[in-house]
Amino acid sequence: MPKILKERRVISVVVMNESSVLARVTALFAARGYNIASLTVAPIPNSDMSHITLETNGGVKVMEQITKQLHKLIPVYKVIEHEEMVEKEMVLIKFPIAENLSDIAALCAAYNGGIANVGKEMVIAQVADEPKRVRHFIEAAQRYNPCEIVRSGVVAIER
Amino acid sequence: MQMSGAQMVCEAIIAEGVKTVFGYPGGAIMHVYDEIYKQNGFEHILNRHEQASVHAADGYARATGEVGVAMVTSGPGFTNAVTGLATAYMDSIPMVVISGQVPLSLIGTDGFQEIDAVGISRPCTKHNFLVRTLEELPRILKEAFYIARSGRPGPVLVDVPKDITVEIGEFSYPDSVNIPSYKPTYKGNNRQIEKAVEAIKSAKKPLLYIGGGVVLSNASDLVRELAEKTQIPAVETLMARGVMGSKNPLLLGMLGMHGNYASNMAMSETDLVISFGARFDDRVTGKLSEFAKYADIIHVDIDAANIGKLVDVDYPIVGDVTKVIEKMLPLLDDVNPDRYNAWREILKRYDDLHPQSYVDSDEVIKPQWAIERIGELVGEDAIITSDVGQHQMWAAQHYPFDRPRQWINSGGLGTMGFGFPAALGAKRAHPEKTVINITGDGSILMNMQELVTAAEYKIPVINLILNNHFLGMVRQWQTFFYEKRYSETDLSFQPNFKALAEACGGIGYDVSTKEEFDAAVKDAIEQDKVCFMNVQTNRFEDVLPMVPAGGALFNMMLPQKTESKKENS
Repeated sequence: MPKILKERRVISVVVMNESSVLARVTALFAARGYNIASLTVAPIPNSDMSHITLETNGGVKVMEQITKQLHKLIPVYKVIEHEEMVEKEMVLIKFPIAENLSDIAALCAAYNGGIANVGKEMVIAQVADEPKRVRHFIEAAQRYNPCEIVRSGVVAIER
Repeated sequence: MQMSGAQMVCEAIIAEGVKTVFGYPGGAIMHVYDEIYKQNGFEHILNRHEQASVHAADGYARATGEVGVAMVTSGPGFTNAVTGLATAYMDSIPMVVISGQVPLSLIGTDGFQEIDAVGISRPCTKHNFLVRTLEELPRILKEAFYIARSGRPGPVLVDVPKDITVEIGEFSYPDSVNIPSYKPTYKGNNRQIEKAVEAIKSAKKPLLYIGGGVVLSNASDLVRELAEKTQIPAVETLMARGVMGSKNPLLLGMLGMHGNYASNMAMSETDLVISFGARFDDRVTGKLSEFAKYADIIHVDIDAANIGKLVDVDYPIVGDVTKVIEKMLPLLDDVNPDRYNAWREILKRYDDLHPQSYVDSDEVIKPQWAIERIGELVGEDAIITSDVGQHQMWAAQHYPFDRPRQWINSGGLGTMGFGFPAALGAKRAHPEKTVINITGDGSILMNMQELVTAAEYKIPVINLILNNHFLGMVRQWQTFFYEKRYSETDLSFQPNFKALAEACGGIGYDVSTKEEFDAAVKDAIEQDKVCFMNVQTNRFEDVLPMVPAGGALFNMMLPQKTESKKENS
């Protein structure tokens, strides 16, 4: 058997929008020892379905099992193992107001983001971009002493 | 028609054609029991423990192929049922379990006898429902039965809050279901089937590997036809005993940890595994890297997730075994059965070299002898259930199973205490058949309260207790792998089994000679009462052959040759 490569994978799961369906999906990952790196869920507009985007990792065999086991869940309508996708992630970062706001604004602009909110004691920046670029943004933001970072997890759509 | 939720539950059970429901009442399910009292569309059997109710429904399902139904209350009633659900889940048994739940307004408040039933049962059911409105109850009941029996079957739980059973609403039971996200694949891919058939035709040493899916799909006749037509030898898994029939010359036996020599050697040397409804369980494959090392693999399974899960498959076919074999048979018209003569000869020699055997004794009853003897006395007509342990393996090895659904045991989960209640279910489904639970002195105590159920409802099942005063299978492992430290496996302290059966309204037999054995079996069959047949066997008998866990199939510990008349204890 070839050496199992732990590759990052993004899976979309289209499910019937009913109670405890998310629990079924996440419990399956827990029970079978698969990893969830990130997870987003939202209803699909004008339908009775929801779209779950999962970021996971595993070799080819593991990925095959994950998709097959997901398919077996009764409320799972479709499983897409993304190959050619557009993926985006959002991040919100809170900085102290004392930091250089124009620098932060310029940094956000470089990552297609901006200042989302300014309060008395803090400023909140937002960026929505590819996960890799979001990571770079977070690294770059470190020098402005961020006090809180919240990432959304990945959403993806097949090209 | 206007009716209460409780009535709807009963009406759905009747509409599904279920004749017997096994269960145990309690607070949250009382309204349903009130309706059970008023109706006469089905009978209800009151087991003395919820676990037994679910096993009984399971036994009923395995004996008939129909959906078994069990009913329990919330909280402890449900948690007691979990082992039963898990047992059915692991063996893909169609079953609907209806559990009471606290009223909707109390859910989440840690109410009396409240437990998150759908949460707990999620990993051990095919699907489960918590009913949230009365309007959805008829649809959910319909879907529950449909999901249980379709595709790869399995148990489905319907958790019904108490207030919904009281509420009154319009009932019309749906004729059909529409679950857009659930469409099982029955028809195998034609191209794949053609390729698989070509592989069969060009193989030199093909082997049919038959699993429990063949029983579930009612495909035994087709499998026999395929084997007959091609003259390809076959091995059965524990769950498939009876598919080929014990007298079938093409059947090598059971394979796996306690498989016979010829079967395990066949799997080790075959060049083409033709798997029907089997899932390459670790108890079957042994060391995976050595399993069918020289073979291409055809894997026919209705569950796509089974294919490629443990072994790499060359010809995957997702579909119902019945549908797939129906397509294969005409394509095999031009196969030359003589092609595999040499292969069958080799396997014949293997079987002659180490046949399934044991050393009998004149002084003491050997468990294998007892099972063979039962086979001679009741044979084809009987339904055999079993618990879990040595007796289960001996039954699988030595009983002459001749038809599917004749052998009922907990293969996947290995649930001790399964056999007796399952026998009740099987006997209720087939009152005309002799039903025998082959059990041990350990297992039988795990659901012995069912003596009362069996006596009350006059369900005359025979419990053949192969009594070695040990938790035998664990003792065997301790002998082999733990330097004979018999930690907590010595069951020398025992109840008086005969008196115990009698105290509960059954019959007891103490048996320690072959003459007593024959007499007791004959008497027990004629009686209309449940019985405990306490058979004293030798204490240190081992189940052989044995492949140590994780070992390669061809590395078997073998029994002594029968020619040498020495005791092997």
